Amino acid sequence: MASVALSEAEKVYIMHGVQEDLRVDGRGCEDYRCVEVETDVVSNTSGSARVKLGHTDILVGVKAEMGMPKLEKPNEGYLEFFVDCSANATPEFEGRGGDDLGTEIANTLYRIFNNKSSVDLKTLCISAREHCWVLYVDVLLLECDGNLFDAISIAVKAALFNTRIPRVRVLEDEEGSKDIELSDDPYDCIRLSVENVPCIVTLCKIGYRHVVDATLQEEACSLASLLVSVTSKGVVTCLRKVGKGSLDPESIFEMMEPGSPSGQGQGSAHLFSRPSFPSIHLTFLTD
Amino acid sequence: MAMEMRLPVARKPLSERLGRDTKKHLVVPGDTITTDTGFMRGHGTYMGEEKLIASVAGSVERVNKLICVKALKTRYIGEVGDIVVGRITEVQQKRWKVETNSRLDSVLLLSSMNLPGGELRRRSAEDELAMRGFLQEGDLISAEVQAVFSDGAVSLHTRSLKYGKLGQGVLVQVSPSLVKRQKTHFHDLPCGASVILGNNGFIWIYPTPEHKEEEAGGFAANLEPVSLADREVISRLRNCIVSLVTQRMMLYDTSILYCYEASLPHQIKDILKPEIMEEIVMETRQRLLEQEG
Repeated sequence: MASVALSEAEKVYIMHGVQEDLRVDGRGCEDYRCVEVETDVVSNTSGSARVKLGHTDILVGVKAEMGMPKLEKPNEGYLEFFVDCSANATPEFEGRGGDDLGTEIANTLYRIFNNKSSVDLKTLCISAREHCWVLYVDVLLLECDGNLFDAISIAVKAALFNTRIPRVRVLEDEEGSKDIELSDDPYDCIRLSVENVPCIVTLCKIGYRHVVDATLQEEACSLASLLVSVTSKGVVTCLRKVGKGSLDPESIFEMMEPGSPSGQGQGSAHLFSRPSFPSIHLTFLTD
Repeated sequence: MAMEMRLPVARKPLSERLGRDTKKHLVVPGDTITTDTGFMRGHGTYMGEEKLIASVAGSVERVNKLICVKALKTRYIGEVGDIVVGRITEVQQKRWKVETNSRLDSVLLLSSMNLPGGELRRRSAEDELAMRGFLQEGDLISAEVQAVFSDGAVSLHTRSLKYGKLGQGVLVQVSPSLVKRQKTHFHDLPCGASVILGNNGFIWIYPTPEHKEEEAGGFAANLEPVSLADREVISRLRNCIVSLVTQRMMLYDTSILYCYEASLPHQIKDILKPEIMEEIVMETRQRLLEQEG
């Protein structure tokens, strides 16, 4: 992960601030920075999105191509993720430096989508065992300012929402040979339902408390983070610990409980129901 | 604490909002500055086909017969006497390498550093071995530029009680061209915090110490928790500086103070929202114009 060098005194200042619920930029421990989302930015993809979370800049492009369904799931299409950490983000990513982070993020994306409800893969099937749609999701990291996983999950969700897959019909000849016909109308396409696509919430443990949406400086002060992937209905699809520190199982439950025992009265579970997402769907539907 | 999502909005060009009388002559690389051959060419220009062409993007400055282009976004170019805030990147034999947002890492020689206790003596081999005890990788220091080498690298010194290792506080990195040159760069703001405006674009905001420390440079960093009131002032100042920089305003003690006062009605975390940022900076600009005129 891109890191920034901090002095001991700076780290102490950040940690004490987090204990008192006042971070360096005035946010509370559970406040996010302003997010800017833009869809349909790349013209030659089936769907794309660009997300800016503070100075973190992510560009996602989705291309739909026809392929063979997997042997164990003949009635479904599938998604392939590829993450490219560009050297624009930080000089550490030059050459092969960004490959480790890229594979880590791609594996996390595979895990959070690895369940029946996230994306309805049956809609991606054209004809069983022979043809299906494969969605290649390419993530490009343009700038890195902390909290990569959250921004990437928002961008992937927006790009999948924006994806337009052309509607095809399979015609069968008398001899049995199949022909695939593309519909004449270029706007006749199928859209994916992204209601159940999960979003990642990263909880960084700093001192005795956890923060949401950490900046690079705050990530340098935290030894362990918890990645929770959750849908708008509150269903948790994946839970992962990142970082070289360790987390007590008690503290993991504490982070996820609606009311933390320290009596602060706020809980990270509030984040699990994000009313903003369905409203974003409504605004995009009008474009 | 719901998340706020917004669609990106094109930023309004500055000149529209300013209504300034003096229009700066802005050029981009390749632009013709003048076809008059009577001028001497300075930095940022070159002669091509009988006319003077700009080689950097910035504003044209003319002093009598000398024309030069001052770049708007550039690395820090050191000049003797500048105050800088830097971060130690390497500990080498008899010197430290300091990152100061310039083209090359700056150098802080062991002989240019104050020893604890303020003593003046020759640096011995023990001092050399104990270098990491004074300054480690990642530490922040405030220093003054002593000399500039021929390749542009800057040599620093901390031979005064007001320079040295910095303790608890917040660092904001801005473009060096936005820091106004003034007589003093160490300010104790009346709102309750102190700020060091480094000429290299590193701004250090820290809580005002109650009593002036007597130890040279303050090597023993004070790691006690800073009070919540001081923290709020520091966070607010940090957000104000970030909003001034986003609107490309010059940074000096008066502009920062006016911006702080204009931001008081808003919550600290709201200052970074684009519409509130514009409002606050507009008010600051108004007050500064009134003060000048």
